[in-house]
Amino acid sequence: MTDTSTTNARQLSDLEVRAEKERVKRNWLLSMPAMILLLLGASGPLLIVLVYSFMTPGDYSGVIWTPTVKAWFQIFFTVDIFDDTVRLADAHLTIFGRSLRLSLLTTLLTLIFGLPTAYFIATRPGRQRTLWLFLITIPFWTNLLIRTFAILEVIRNEGLINNFLRWLGVIDEPIQILYTDTAVLIGMAYVYLPLMVLPLYAAIDRFDFRLVEAGYDLYANRWQVLRRVILPIVKPGIIAGSILVFVPSLGAYVTPRVLGGGKNMMIGNFIELQFGQGRNWPLGSSLSILLLLVVAVALLFYVRAANRGGSDE
Amino acid sequence: MSDEVAVRAEGVSKVFGSPGNELRALDDVTVDIRRNEFFTLLGPSGCGKTTLLRLIAGFETPSAGAIMLDGKDITVDPPFKRPINTVFQSYALFPHLTVGQNVGFGLEMMGRSNSEIDDTVEKMLALVQMEAMRNRLPTQLSGGQQQRVALARALAPQPSVLLLDEPLSALDLKLRKQMQIELKRMQMETGITFIFVTHDQEEALTMSDRIGVMSAGNILQIGSPREIYNSPQNRFVASFIGESNFLEGTASGTGAKRRVALADGHSFEALVADESVSDGKVTVAVRPEFVQVVAADTADALPATVTNIVYFGTDMHCYMSLNSGTEVVARVSADADRGGALETGAKVGITFAPDGPRIVGD
Ligand SMILES: Nc1ncnc2c1ncn2[C@@H]1O[C@H](COP(=O)(O)OP(=O)(O)OP(=O)(O)O)[C@@H](O)[C@H]1O
Ligand SMILES: [Mg+2]
Repeated sequence: MTDTSTTNARQLSDLEVRAEKERVKRNWLLSMPAMILLLLGASGPLLIVLVYSFMTPGDYSGVIWTPTVKAWFQIFFTVDIFDDTVRLADAHLTIFGRSLRLSLLTTLLTLIFGLPTAYFIATRPGRQRTLWLFLITIPFWTNLLIRTFAILEVIRNEGLINNFLRWLGVIDEPIQILYTDTAVLIGMAYVYLPLMVLPLYAAIDRFDFRLVEAGYDLYANRWQVLRRVILPIVKPGIIAGSILVFVPSLGAYVTPRVLGGGKNMMIGNFIELQFGQGRNWPLGSSLSILLLLVVAVALLFYVRAANRGGSDE
Repeated sequence: MSDEVAVRAEGVSKVFGSPGNELRALDDVTVDIRRNEFFTLLGPSGCGKTTLLRLIAGFETPSAGAIMLDGKDITVDPPFKRPINTVFQSYALFPHLTVGQNVGFGLEMMGRSNSEIDDTVEKMLALVQMEAMRNRLPTQLSGGQQQRVALARALAPQPSVLLLDEPLSALDLKLRKQMQIELKRMQMETGITFIFVTHDQEEALTMSDRIGVMSAGNILQIGSPREIYNSPQNRFVASFIGESNFLEGTASGTGAKRRVALADGHSFEALVADESVSDGKVTVAVRPEFVQVVAADTADALPATVTNIVYFGTDMHCYMSLNSGTEVVARVSADADRGGALETGAKVGITFAPDGPRIVGD
């Protein structure tokens, strides 16, 4: 790069400066509608949530306008009611841990199933490919709740899997899958699989398969071709799919609620609890902001990784 | 070049498609390619050149027949087990690796030490004059530079055979000429057997030690550029390489020279490549430069009428029609046209240079 970007910087003429100013003004005007929408629709509510997180919870709901950082403190610590000692809020940390673990596992699971699926679709001839992509997107047309209950029907004690295994005589007692972390994991992997498959498909579809032959030609065996040629080139697709799955998994609400029962909560359920039975809006608000920050960090990682994939080496 | 055989295709056929909808891309092809030679596969689009190359590289398995390398059967060996490298038509450089890493890829996969890889990459880049670009990505190179990197990458593992599938077709004329010379130089410097694919007859003639002319899944003739050009064995080869006039006639006599009589009774002598050819109806091929335009009353000349004249500076093409209506083109030097005597409609005579006319198969 260095030798091509020779410096041809020079003083801009008056005319160019004026034209540039005009252009900037016009661009601002044109982006106004979008700006207003973003400000009112996204930033506004977010700001309210941020403000609420620094308030005192009201007795029944809502907030009392007394500023405090108690909600933020509550996320991580709890104060013993008897001796006032400060301890880590184990219950909360368990929920964070579970959320993080299940989201990462969901991402991994969808990647393991998504990669061969995307590869299969991308290597079909044209017309078949459209059909397969269509099939992959069909679940998107169905309500999330219905899809989740469908999974419930499959894994519950008198459901498809257990009945089948009992009919086979493999088991006497049903295997308890429903209301476990495994159930949540299965549900999320099922729900988010298309979000992994589509970017992977796009990346593999762009991949030039002649490079595989070039790899074989240069003494790379199948494993080496996969590791040294295919994976590095489709990496942006893998990262995109992982982010697309990881982010909504982390905030998942319906799936853990239906399949995890009351006790296997994830952050999403825990936040909902604060605005409902918990009657602690500030805590719910601070948790929401925390979740947002974690997602932002994940996205930042993605942007950096994507940039690296494109330019260096 | 030696007489030892490097690559041998033995009765190789390749059929694509499903039963009932078959496409025979190669039909019982047998060819010996000698060690250290520059062998060119020449033929029109779709005749099976790439298919033959892919069989030798190991990207496809033949439907019948065998591929041998140095006398060893390698028909079912995967490409990464064959000491054969390919310069792909599309270059197929790894976009995520630098020029240096691309060139070193083969050696790395062979498990060579870093220092050895480094040295070889340096040497190969010097060979293709790309040392300065070692740390660039393929996307930051021009087409000609990419082509050289592809060449260096294929040469680095020192294969015993290098396959080149129309490597110059994406280049402009000037660069193409320059690369032709460089390729030839590299082949002589490295002593590697080159199997080169092209559908450009001029490229084939200037670069090759031997040429295999292909048509519709068959190799029709194998020979040195001179043999192919001067004594084409059949009509396809005669018309595909250079220009040729074709005359239909009846042959008589024996030996290497036959008398060929045209339908109007005029006759001339023609060489026959295969002396066992029986007499009777034959096709005679004559290159335009072996056709001489003479005065109409010259003895033994075929009478003809000039139909068109096209000037090419030093040369001109004189289009004539025989009594039978057959078109004949002569290439004559421009000053042979003594003061505009040759003009459309003029009655002239045609004679042939000795050894010009050749009886060819169909
Ligand atoms: N994978 C394939 N499946 C089906 N048919 C094929 C396949 N590869 C090649 N063919 C057919 O085999 C024939 C020979 O193809 P090939 O690519 O060898 O031609 P070629 O001589 O290299 O032509 P060109 O000069 O255009 O590259 C063509 O008719 C082609 O359509
Ligand atoms: Mg080809």
